[in-house]
Amino acid sequence: MLEAVKLNKYFHQPQEFHVLDNVSLTVQKGEFISIMGKSGCGKSTLLYLLSTLDTDYEGSIVINGTNVTGLDEKELASFRNWHIGFVFQFHYLLPEFTVLQNVMLPAIKLGVYDRVTIEQHAMEKLQQMEMEAWATKTAGKLSGGQQQRVAIARALINTPDIILADEPTGNLDSANTAVILGIFEQMVRQGNTVIVVTHDDDFARNSDRIIRMVDGRIIAP
Amino acid sequence: MPLSLNLDIARVHLLSRKKQTIIAMLGVTFGIAMFVLMISFMKGVNQFLQDLTMATTPDIHIYNKLKTDYSSSLAQQYFADQHNPWVVVRHPRPKQVNLNLKNASGIVNDLHRFEEVVSVSPLLSALVIFNYGPVQWAANVDGVDITAEDRMFDLKEKMLTGKPEDLMGINNGIIMGYKLAADLNLNTGDLVTLTAQSGTQLRCRLVGLFKFGIATMDEYRAYVSLASMQQLLGKHPDYITDIRVKLRDLKDAARMAPVFAKRYGYTADDWETVNAAIKAGNIIRDTLTYVVSFTLLVVAGFGIYNIMNMVITNKLKDIAILKAQGFSGGDIMQIFLSQSLIIGIAGGLLGLLLGYLLSYALSRVPFPDDGYVSIKYFPVLFESQYYIFGMCFGVLTTFMAGMLPAMKASKIDPVAILRAS
Repeated sequence: MLEAVKLNKYFHQPQEFHVLDNVSLTVQKGEFISIMGKSGCGKSTLLYLLSTLDTDYEGSIVINGTNVTGLDEKELASFRNWHIGFVFQFHYLLPEFTVLQNVMLPAIKLGVYDRVTIEQHAMEKLQQMEMEAWATKTAGKLSGGQQQRVAIARALINTPDIILADEPTGNLDSANTAVILGIFEQMVRQGNTVIVVTHDDDFARNSDRIIRMVDGRIIAP
Repeated sequence: MPLSLNLDIARVHLLSRKKQTIIAMLGVTFGIAMFVLMISFMKGVNQFLQDLTMATTPDIHIYNKLKTDYSSSLAQQYFADQHNPWVVVRHPRPKQVNLNLKNASGIVNDLHRFEEVVSVSPLLSALVIFNYGPVQWAANVDGVDITAEDRMFDLKEKMLTGKPEDLMGINNGIIMGYKLAADLNLNTGDLVTLTAQSGTQLRCRLVGLFKFGIATMDEYRAYVSLASMQQLLGKHPDYITDIRVKLRDLKDAARMAPVFAKRYGYTADDWETVNAAIKAGNIIRDTLTYVVSFTLLVVAGFGIYNIMNMVITNKLKDIAILKAQGFSGGDIMQIFLSQSLIIGIAGGLLGLLLGYLLSYALSRVPFPDDGYVSIKYFPVLFESQYYIFGMCFGVLTTFMAGMLPAMKASKIDPVAILRAS
């Protein structure tokens, strides 16, 4: 599903720093993987490399048979649209748009279905997150936990091959964390491939595999 | 599909900050409105001044230019065949010459055959003294074919009393400027004595008054028939010094003048050469208009640049999230550039409307009446090309102003934004 080979990355500012040191990683379809480690160990950096957002690295990444290393900016944007779903620590909805519009946006961008169908799909995803009642609300007015659920619905709208999450519960209270964890487990049961960067042990315990990182290296596969 | 999606996003962004959008739009609106107003007014002034000039200047003026002819100098005759004939003649003067156009009626007939020519008016003009009690008053009196002159300068429109044709209905009639008549204390029907340089006198009856709205015409010009003038100057009935030509299209003047000059062997001046100052004035006013309008639009452009820069700084997170979801740099650029363009187009259209209303209002403002210039309202031209130009100008400015911030937005690194928080 995903194969990363000998990833090396350096930060040049404020000083030369070797963030990722020969990191290789293979993820099978349907796997639920947690990446853990102290802050600064390079786990978020690894996630952004895998997400194709960060292209400044050495090594190669193949996702679902496509070698994404070396694709140009436009091709990568399109690739993310088709194959990758994102969930961030800070829920990052577009505040001027409604909840429904936020969820629909990546699908409209994809341009496979007409708007009516997309709206149906978006409502289904929102129902799955139990957020359908908020569909017409402006995204900026929701609480943190609610926004995160909408963000997950948005990540799922294009049925991505792989879902990447950067500390999805890092900014939430324990009740909401439990809800989000439940949703992730549900996603995995539905056959999604999920990679999560997290500090949360509960979260990690429920995953198929935990990858621990120290100083830019994977220590326990 | 992606374009319309990007436009949708741009629209939502614009509507979510209405006040900023409107302020940015008003900048463009005022810039374009002022451009339209200024160019309509300046072009109106140009047109007015040109009309004023053309009211008294023929399109082409054919005349016999006084030249000092050295070939017939006495000195040349006596010393020409000697070797090394250094003969210095200081200030040679022309001998007694007639400055008339030979075969003038033939030239007039020939001119009528050109299809560019609308009318031809022959002229015999002289400085004439009017006796008013003990006071002597000099004025230019034109001996003309009054119907031809009417076709040329539209005299009928300018008559205060009487008609141009009245000149023909009476032996030795005269039409003069209303100010000249007032100076000489004359009313229509009165008799007036004209004295030529040679001392010859002619008594004429005043049959009409005209008003051109130009002091030099109204105070120093009178018309008599060609025959009266020839009689006053003691010349034969085909003695004509000038021929004025009116063309179908003013723009042909510069092209036709040399043709006539060559054909008839006399000097032919076109109106642009005679009135070079008018043309210079036009250029200066046009330049002024463009400079001021350009400045206004550049200021509006900076306004848009500022606002868009601010918007993009506020929307860094949105840009990062859009990129993470598969929007490319080009999409981001479209989203933000189209915001500038929407501001430019909406502001521009509003500007055209405002510009039209202001121009219309100005064209209804009475011009202060000083008794000389015959103009009732401020001169304003309404021409679609100014509006089209203004619109292009405005859209171009906003495009350029929006380009830099949009390019900046398209290059934003989403990872840097996502990590920073």
